[in-house]
Amino acid sequence: MILLAACSVAMAQAPDYKNVGRAPTAQEIQAMDIAIATNGKELPPGSGSAKIGGALFAQKCAACHGEKQEGSAQAPALVGGKGTLASLHPKMTAGSYWPFATTIFDYIRRAMPRYQEGSLKVDEVYALTAFILFRNDIIKEDDVIDATTLPKIKMPNRDGFIPRNLDEIHDWKKRGCKLGHCP
Amino acid sequence: MKPKESGRRNFLKHGAALAGLAVGAARAATAGAMPADSPEAPAKDLHHYGERSRYETAARLGAPGLYDPAPPGYHMDFGWRNPIQDSVGYITPASLHFVIAHGYEPPDIDPAEHHLLIHGLVDKPLIFSMDELKRFPSVTRAHFLECNANGAPAGPTGRFRVSPDATAQDTHGFTSCSLWTGVPLSTILKHVGVKPEAKWIIGEGSEKGKHTKSIPIEKAMDDVLIAYGQNGEALRPQQGYPIRLLVPGWEGINNVKWLRKIKLVDEPYMGMWESTKYPSLRPDGLSRWFQFQMGPRTVITRPSGGQKLNGPGFYEISGLAWSGGGLVKSIEVSTDNGKTWREAEIQSPVYPKAHVRFGFGWDWNGEETILQSRCTDEAGERQPTVVELAKFWKVEPDFFVKTGTIPGHFNAIQPWKINADGSVQNAITF
Repeated sequence: MILLAACSVAMAQAPDYKNVGRAPTAQEIQAMDIAIATNGKELPPGSGSAKIGGALFAQKCAACHGEKQEGSAQAPALVGGKGTLASLHPKMTAGSYWPFATTIFDYIRRAMPRYQEGSLKVDEVYALTAFILFRNDIIKEDDVIDATTLPKIKMPNRDGFIPRNLDEIHDWKKRGCKLGHCP
Repeated sequence: MKPKESGRRNFLKHGAALAGLAVGAARAATAGAMPADSPEAPAKDLHHYGERSRYETAARLGAPGLYDPAPPGYHMDFGWRNPIQDSVGYITPASLHFVIAHGYEPPDIDPAEHHLLIHGLVDKPLIFSMDELKRFPSVTRAHFLECNANGAPAGPTGRFRVSPDATAQDTHGFTSCSLWTGVPLSTILKHVGVKPEAKWIIGEGSEKGKHTKSIPIEKAMDDVLIAYGQNGEALRPQQGYPIRLLVPGWEGINNVKWLRKIKLVDEPYMGMWESTKYPSLRPDGLSRWFQFQMGPRTVITRPSGGQKLNGPGFYEISGLAWSGGGLVKSIEVSTDNGKTWREAEIQSPVYPKAHVRFGFGWDWNGEETILQSRCTDEAGERQPTVVELAKFWKVEPDFFVKTGTIPGHFNAIQPWKINADGSVQNAITF
């Protein structure tokens, strides 16, 4: 009886998993810390403008996305679509649809150019981000985009998502359609 | 019941026949040494690792490219569908599990070199080897995994889904169910210590595109697994070897494969896929995002599109039911186009957020009719008709086929038309 009681006490405590896992080095974290918050806190030092980005785009991106960012068989259009979302032929581009400018930087650095992922320098990623924003009339051609200016850009469709307030996503009644709730 | 000889099925059978010929030729050369009725010598060593009979030909089917036809050398396949019409029981073999990786091929990961980093808003960031993950207590659970776009009537593959010739693979091939083995994420998160301001986790994969996904902390602490096993063996490379996130009942995109990192953060990080491709655009131009949970759904797999009934008589109607809302509580079948419904027999274990096999004995009188199935989950949510789903979404039914987007979460009842000659056709209408 006493033994059983002692046993149940021991079971109630979670094991401490001693020596399972080790502390990562700062370099190990930095190498993988590429997801960018909407407030840009992981954005690396560096900068770029659409002027530089335009030349880079012609060289590294136009083959798939088109010389005028109009898209092709290989890749989607990156410009246009303003005013088309409430139609049966919505053109959902970075300019007309994407809610956060930080996503453009994040995705280019993470996944572009296709088949040469990870080959762009940080300044090049900033410049290409600036070029896409400029081509969608969101910034001017000589605006400098960096860790401070990028998160401050309000995208045209930022308010086009339900729920708008990110804290409300935790409430299942305000996201998706189920059990009589369909926002 | 015989499958209709569609072009691609012919191709598969033809391929199998050619393989059979090669084996037959080998046997002829040694025929003198073998009794005439002895089994053929296998062409390769199947004693150490087996494979199915050469008479079994069920195979995944590639979805047409988003830009159909895909350009030469272009690897964006946009998904491979599970041959659900050939399935038995409730578990999908790993080799037939549907595959979507947004066009990225599986990275060739040596598990001895692979690590999982957990950092961000935690007390002590840690990095784990694959061996270390196996030092935690494991669990094994049956869960379905379903693409948000499974059965979407519009978008790049919409026309195949609504065609009268559609098979169950065309209409419902983006769901599968496995026994997943791994560590509850909650075990590891408690081990690293979650700070109170951590409200989301960000998972990240190791493939070329480094897929990233934001998941609320409530779900992460509830039933999410870091899975390393599938149906009794290591994950297949196409399913995330050596480790993946398994996020039960939620859109497939959450289940990050080739997992290399989890960061705990205070808000969703708005990865490209989750913030720009997976929201559902409403007719008014606003979008529902972060919808997560997959609704209750069923599909009759036999008889289903492209199959054929061999004259009047008894047939067991067989199908699968599942819901992201938890346990499937009730499954009903209608053999008169939805006029009357009767309870089906449950023919497999019932686990939350898992496929359930159901059956329904049916005497076909040889007349044309339409078969349907539906289920209700433990939360009380019932699978809707197309019309009911449209009403719920506040759209007209033809929105589902006319929209210029991919209407995800389309879990409407699937009708199969039985023609007088026994042929079976997709009868979905809008």
